[in-house]
Amino acid sequence: MSRTTVPVTITVDGTRYTDEVEPRTLLVHYLREQVGKVGTVVGCDTSNCGACTVHLDGRSVKSCNVLAVQADGSEITTVEGLEKDGVLHPVQQAFHDCHGLQCGYCTPGMIMQSIDLLNENPDPSEEEIRSGLEGNLCRCTGYHNIVKAVQQAAGGAR
Amino acid sequence: MTVTEDRPSVEPEIGQARKRKEDYRLITGRTRWTDNIVLPGMLHLAMVRSPFAHATITAIDASEARNAPNVVAVLTGADVAEVQGPLPCAWPITEDQKAPVHPAIAVDRVAFAGEVVAVVIARSAVAARDAAELVDVDYEDLPAALDLKDAAADTTLAHPDLGTNTSATWIFDSAEAGTGSPVEDAISTARDGGILLEREYRQQRLIPAFMEPRSTVVDPTGEQITMWSATQVPHILKIMLAMTQGIPESKLRVIAPDVGGGFGGKLQVTPEEVITLMAARRTGKPCKYTETRSESLMAGHHGRDQWQKLTLAATADGTVTGLKVELLADMGAYLGLVTPGIPILGAFMFNAIYKFPAYHFSCTNIFTNKTWTDAYRGAGRPEATFAIERLMDELAHEVGVDPLAIREKNWIKHEEFPFATVAGLEYDSGNYEAATAKARELFGYDELRAEQKRRRESGDPVQLGIGVSTFTEMCGLAPSRVLGSLNYGAGGWEHASVRMLPTGKVEVITGTSAHGQGHATAFSQIIADRLGVAFDDIEVLHGDTQVSHKGLDTYGSRSLVVGGEALVRAADKVIERARPIAAHMLEASADDLDFEAGRFSVRGTDQGVAMAEIALAVFAAHDLPDGVEPSLDAEATYDPVNFNYPHGTHLCALEIDTETGGVRMRKYACVDDIGNVINPLIVAGQVHGGLVQGIAQALWEEAVHDDAGTLVSASFVDYLVPTAADTISFDIEHTTTPALTNSLGTKGVGEAGTIASTPAVVNAVVDALRPFGVSDVRMPCTPERIWKAIHARDGADDGGGATAEAAMPHFDEDQAGANDEGAGR
Ligand code: FES
Ligand code: FES
Repeated sequence: MSRTTVPVTITVDGTRYTDEVEPRTLLVHYLREQVGKVGTVVGCDTSNCGACTVHLDGRSVKSCNVLAVQADGSEITTVEGLEKDGVLHPVQQAFHDCHGLQCGYCTPGMIMQSIDLLNENPDPSEEEIRSGLEGNLCRCTGYHNIVKAVQQAAGGAR
Repeated sequence: MTVTEDRPSVEPEIGQARKRKEDYRLITGRTRWTDNIVLPGMLHLAMVRSPFAHATITAIDASEARNAPNVVAVLTGADVAEVQGPLPCAWPITEDQKAPVHPAIAVDRVAFAGEVVAVVIARSAVAARDAAELVDVDYEDLPAALDLKDAAADTTLAHPDLGTNTSATWIFDSAEAGTGSPVEDAISTARDGGILLEREYRQQRLIPAFMEPRSTVVDPTGEQITMWSATQVPHILKIMLAMTQGIPESKLRVIAPDVGGGFGGKLQVTPEEVITLMAARRTGKPCKYTETRSESLMAGHHGRDQWQKLTLAATADGTVTGLKVELLADMGAYLGLVTPGIPILGAFMFNAIYKFPAYHFSCTNIFTNKTWTDAYRGAGRPEATFAIERLMDELAHEVGVDPLAIREKNWIKHEEFPFATVAGLEYDSGNYEAATAKARELFGYDELRAEQKRRRESGDPVQLGIGVSTFTEMCGLAPSRVLGSLNYGAGGWEHASVRMLPTGKVEVITGTSAHGQGHATAFSQIIADRLGVAFDDIEVLHGDTQVSHKGLDTYGSRSLVVGGEALVRAADKVIERARPIAAHMLEASADDLDFEAGRFSVRGTDQGVAMAEIALAVFAAHDLPDGVEPSLDAEATYDPVNFNYPHGTHLCALEIDTETGGVRMRKYACVDDIGNVINPLIVAGQVHGGLVQGIAQALWEEAVHDDAGTLVSASFVDYLVPTAADTISFDIEHTTTPALTNSLGTKGVGEAGTIASTPAVVNAVVDALRPFGVSDVRMPCTPERIWKAIHARDGADDGGGATAEAAMPHFDEDQAGANDEGAGR
């Protein structure tokens, strides 16, 4: 059962990594196990929970739904790459300010998805926020404060 | 040394909406989830699980798996039968309770689909999973006990050796206990000119569905075996493993690192934890197991799952006179850590906030061939609150008054506290009038009732339903003597210690184990006020049995009301230890010292010394009073004297499209009285999250099995955890009646939203459908069930919508036809 591997070069949070991966390796497993980006987590096996959400060339993807080889030559941003020079990303700050997290397990994915949502629609209504986050599950917060956090971040961006 | 200064008066920390100190690592991904842990030479586990609900294992051929690349070992039940020990149940509710042995790896028979039959240990998770596919297990299918009522009748036996599916029956009777009169008298009086409500409600099976799948790492190297686990209960886990695995407790260390939610679902000693421990001891290498989501949904314990037969007696004007509760509770295939006690926790809460003079509760625990049930947010109390709050709406309908009015007629008035209840508890404080008045206003109750009337009169296809729930709960588990009287295997105290570091920082160690609740922040606020130390100078340590050597962990809304009180007492001891030293430093008498805002001062002078200065002086220990130990550190173990009774009024408005059965939540307002609030931000979060879990039981979630006993809802495609798009923003406020049983006047809040919201939502559904003659819709109230309930009087099958007709045969047959309420519509 020897497996062939494929070389990939992927930039993650600003650092370029060159690795050998199995063709079947999911991006999330590559990030967690080979690059050590354990800030990005796995919550399901059916691409329903969004906990694994990262940005691939600037757009949010569920990294359990992408093969590592598909990300070859791309730039990935994870939740670990958002803070710049000790300053939180406005969406990170808003999650903190609005108590948009409790256990924090959904949070990396929620933050990455929220950023994408605001990139696409800088001034979303509550309904647009709620439908934009539909692919990300949170069991702790009841979403109330997550919605508030996105609203705060949107306000800050204006 | 003793400099005088004008100190700015500091705002108390308690009550401030402090942003959480635990957030930074969580929002930047610097987290320590168990699955993140990697150790040298680590091996990975994959489980082989039974696809059958009930079967004999006739043969296991693991040779191909053993030969697969990078596989180190495969263990079957037979390989570990002698050493694996039984999984513990800490709560035998009766002396004669029946229970099957619960193995970590099934040896010759499986009793639910998802039970582990073998484990593959390999050098990578992928290799382990690949090889698990190669393990060949031969099963001989056995008939499975699946339906709870059939199982109660012993139609099919879940465990043939037990000879019955009944595990135990537990009874409380107010006449026997001396807390009330005989319920049968109340029932026969009510039959004759009063009101008798006979109902049967279903509490469907739910899945806790915490977002972090369970994961365990065991490192057998070094002097102590270390286990990291995604658990709510590191202390209980350590003790139970020591007792069942033949490891001295002192050779085990359990760490709950960052834990991604629990909701009762991680209040367990799991087969997977024991298997990972066995694998590490066998191989001598660190081992890791992380479950997939489908394994989590299938094999992590489930919650609820009851049939509730209820008889409420009242006078013709709607004054309640008696309540009889008969439960069938589905244990599933085994008794987990506290499985049998969960429905019993409800025994004390069916009477709720109402003045029932007579009460009878019985619960029969039944085995089926399903995943075992155990704690899930609220644990026994949501079931009780649902039943009574649904019944109060039915009573209001019967009498023809507003549902709030019938409650007010029967609830304990604020001047009647302390109140000894018919279930034997003493409610220390509460003010149901105040919470209800505030909730009415917040909700816009009268306007919404007016709108409902308009829609009814105009025959609007979209009808409005208004649901009420005036709940209370008992929380702060628990006075140890009460647990003892209920046969629970442990106490309910909590431990805390405070370490005063020489640099002025303070370490607070708690035996509670947070997994999202914000203890680090809230406990820092408490200590900041108590000791006058800056919020940021306080570090809260927990979840590692070598750091927090003693504790009973986090569940049952206990951490603040029990753990917080332990903390206060430890802090007070620090102050008392510091006092003679301060007196010595100030050359004053200890009796002349006042302690305020972190500073001892000599009464009537401007001389004083700050706690940090004392800590440094104690560290140096150069000049302490004779015989005084050079330490300020202190610990306290607190055993609560009573439970704690938060309450609140929850109001829900739903729009129901009567043409499609579709439901849209219009407004949800609640006013909870949780006593004094330490941090309103954290409290609001607990309420919001709790509400959505309770609403989800009412509208969406159910663990569904097929005829063969396979869990159909074994992924997030089928198990409907609500999304942001399914939910709305909530209006929440508080009234404050401080608890009288702890220093801070706090009450529990973790479970309140979940307990209160389910009946509020179902009451709203039924309220919208009353004009169609509907008096019940079974949970989850799906559009299909709602549509069928609406059309049932046109002769259509009600689709299992209503449960009342099923209730009748259980009650007095002669009276069944006579009481038209009993017919359900
Ligand atoms: S882990 Fe990727 S969607 Fe759940
Ligand atoms: S904060 Fe726990 S799952 Fe979202």
